[in-house]
Amino acid sequence: MSIDLDTPTAREPSGPPPLDTAGFLRWCWRQLTSMRIALILLFLLAVASIPGSVLPQRGLDPIRVTDWIDGNPTWGPIMDRLGFFDVYAAPWFAAIYLLLFISVIGCVIPRTRQHWRAMRGTPPPPPRFLDRMPGFRTWTTATPADDVLDAAATDLRARRWRVDRGPGWVAAEKGYLRETGNLLFHAALIALLISVAYGALFGWRGNVIVREGTGFSNTLTQYDAWGGGRLVNPDNLPPFSFTLEDFRVDFERSEAQLGAPRLFEADLVVRPEPGAPTDAVMVRVNEPMSVDGAKVFLVGHGYAPILELRDALGRVMNEDGVIFLPQDGNFTSTGVLKAPDATPSLGFEGLFLPTAALDDVRGPHSIFPAPDDPAVFLSAWAGDLGLDEGVPQSVYALDTEGMTQLGLEALRPGESWDLPGGNGTVEFIGLQRWASFQIAHDPGKEPALISAIVALVGLMLSLFIRRRRVWVRATSEGAGVTVVSTAGLMRSDEGDVSADVDAVTEALAERTPA
Amino acid sequence: MTSTSLAEWSNLAVYSAMFVLTAAFIAFAVGFAARGQRVTTPEKVAVPVGGGASSADSPASDGSSNDQAGRRASNIGLALSWLAFGLLLVGLVLRGLWAGRVPWGNMYEFSLASAAGILGVYLVISTRRDVRWLGLFVAGATLLTLGLAVTVLYTEAAQLVPALKSWWLVIHVSAAVICGGAFTVAAGITVLYLWRERAERLGHVTGVVAKLPDAARLDTLAYRILAFAFPLWTFAVIAGAIWAENAWGRYWGWDPKETWAFITWVFYAGYLHARATAGWRGRRAAYISLLGFASFLINYFGVNLFVNSLHSYAGL
Ligand code: HEM
Repeated sequence: MSIDLDTPTAREPSGPPPLDTAGFLRWCWRQLTSMRIALILLFLLAVASIPGSVLPQRGLDPIRVTDWIDGNPTWGPIMDRLGFFDVYAAPWFAAIYLLLFISVIGCVIPRTRQHWRAMRGTPPPPPRFLDRMPGFRTWTTATPADDVLDAAATDLRARRWRVDRGPGWVAAEKGYLRETGNLLFHAALIALLISVAYGALFGWRGNVIVREGTGFSNTLTQYDAWGGGRLVNPDNLPPFSFTLEDFRVDFERSEAQLGAPRLFEADLVVRPEPGAPTDAVMVRVNEPMSVDGAKVFLVGHGYAPILELRDALGRVMNEDGVIFLPQDGNFTSTGVLKAPDATPSLGFEGLFLPTAALDDVRGPHSIFPAPDDPAVFLSAWAGDLGLDEGVPQSVYALDTEGMTQLGLEALRPGESWDLPGGNGTVEFIGLQRWASFQIAHDPGKEPALISAIVALVGLMLSLFIRRRRVWVRATSEGAGVTVVSTAGLMRSDEGDVSADVDAVTEALAERTPA
Repeated sequence: MTSTSLAEWSNLAVYSAMFVLTAAFIAFAVGFAARGQRVTTPEKVAVPVGGGASSADSPASDGSSNDQAGRRASNIGLALSWLAFGLLLVGLVLRGLWAGRVPWGNMYEFSLASAAGILGVYLVISTRRDVRWLGLFVAGATLLTLGLAVTVLYTEAAQLVPALKSWWLVIHVSAAVICGGAFTVAAGITVLYLWRERAERLGHVTGVVAKLPDAARLDTLAYRILAFAFPLWTFAVIAGAIWAENAWGRYWGWDPKETWAFITWVFYAGYLHARATAGWRGRRAAYISLLGFASFLINYFGVNLFVNSLHSYAGL
């Protein structure tokens, strides 16, 4: 057993709560900081984490959450209300870990006080019946009792035991670092939680898609999606900017895992702040770029077919790459082109296939992610795009209500399509790639890492160091005969103290001839 | 040597390891069957002077010829296990050389590595204490893992997807593999503990259960292994978080794989706690540690195969 029965942690509260308020509160506090409740809360924490790994979660996959709720009209909304689709932000989840951490604090503080006292105090004297203690040894010597004890104390001190000397005995204790480590571990867990919370309040992250040859500057409006902690001012993001010069991708071409990504890397030209000189930086998966307190990660990529669109009057309405979002591992991609200012207003829904194939079952799809045989399938619509109604619209979806379909066409690079009814022309000029970046600032991550490392070190001290006591008793039996006995006690959870007692005994036997 | 033959040599090494391990399994079984009964040693209080007798694993009937023969068979089992371990390592290294990367890029390879982890942890323990009685279980668990690997999970080697190319992956996964081995061995011992503890409680220590070491000893052994594995698992989770931060821009995202690693961690923390909590030591603590092991298995099989996770790299 590692804890004495008189330590605060081991004092298991029992009995019913007292009736007066103060007594009741004290009772609650003692319950909360008991080992049993800590154990139950740990258990609850583990169990409460499970639904979040089984049910779709908003933070990871909002679309699947909506599908799930639509598919379960009875339970879906109820579970949604109860936070089952955002488990790790749900109040009941927070309640468990907050109680746990209050419990840790309530546990660590009295234990620290007590450990502090123990470290400055002296080891307790030997129990009366040493022969009942583990590792007990006894022998006689001609050396006077005091000299035996002096020798024992010197030897123990040399072995870095904490030693106390009393009448007829020496007591020694070792392994205080075990408790220090344990306290450090629990305190570091608190620090870890605070670091995570700090990062959540002051951190932010956003996602942005950038086409080759185009740029990004770090302001809110440029992001496709952005989220920040409560204490972040979104108008004050660090003012860096970059352009995507080049993006390289490579896919597996051998039979095994055909089409799996093998490489993607982006060449960026970065300007840390307006007016500053630029740097060329390569960003890869696992190799983010740090700039101005933020980190830029490469998280995805895709194709942007360059579609030159002229309207009925021959005016160029678009000549840029249009971002298509990949739908499968072979980059069958969908995209939308809107030209509200064309005469008439035009909209296109498109399918892009880097390596096109057609079959009766699946229709047009891509069979390899690299652009070996690219094609775009376009469906053209004319009429009101619905952009003026003030309802925000996704740039990746076309609302075809109120529009009439003009026709369908498949284009290879270099081909163009005269829209039916003289409504204009589209030409598939060529291909660009785009890369998507996650840009994140988390001021809590360094403190979190430090806390985690401290917790680990504390844990190792706590589990590997053994706290033990050794006692030596020497009594004079008269006529130049001294009876010496030694014994020990393991105060940690496991282990055998005999080795320590034996070491002390042997050293002592050498110095005290029979 | 061409790369095809490297792969073939790797497979050959793995099959040889399975063959040798089967022989080890039989030897351990013979050894276990011949083993004498173990009585429950009473709580040891004092060692008489000069009597340094350790309470290790002494049979009730000292040195019966049956026990002697059993020891010999178990020793053969142990030697064969070392050989199988060596062959497995060769298989892994060849596989790595063939693919030009660390040999745990898909579930087949991860299972090979886990099998080596289980066997390795056991063999390391066997150099420090007498755990021949455990060989039967360990050889069985390793064979099962390898059997699953070569039949269900086999994948042709391929390179890693870019997100898995990182030094942190090497560190993270090797720590996880060693933990997996330790968790498996400890869980096996814990099951044996529960069995033996029940028999002792009911006073029916007969038959196979009587050949096991006494419950207190099993409990301690499982604890020792978990006390080693828990900090290593903590380290593996931290390394994983560092890797995730590098690859995805956040160190923790409650991805299913991360979640189950966390659940495993919390259960094992609960186990260590339970051992220090009045009324929870022994059986209840043992059940909690088995919950920890179950979470580990769910993370390994369930999440890789069935859940849509950033970590799903089963390659099946
Ligand atoms: C976040 C919650 C907690 C976690 C993850 C946690 C984890 C752990 C772990 C892994 C150990 C084993 C290390 C060792 O044996 O020295 C441990 C030990 C211990 N914990 Fe906690 N703990 C938590 C909360 C608490 C609370 C609330 C208390 C107080 C009621 C507490 C009291 C103790 C004590 C006294 C030990 C020492 C047991 C021993 O020496 O064997 N812990 N804890």
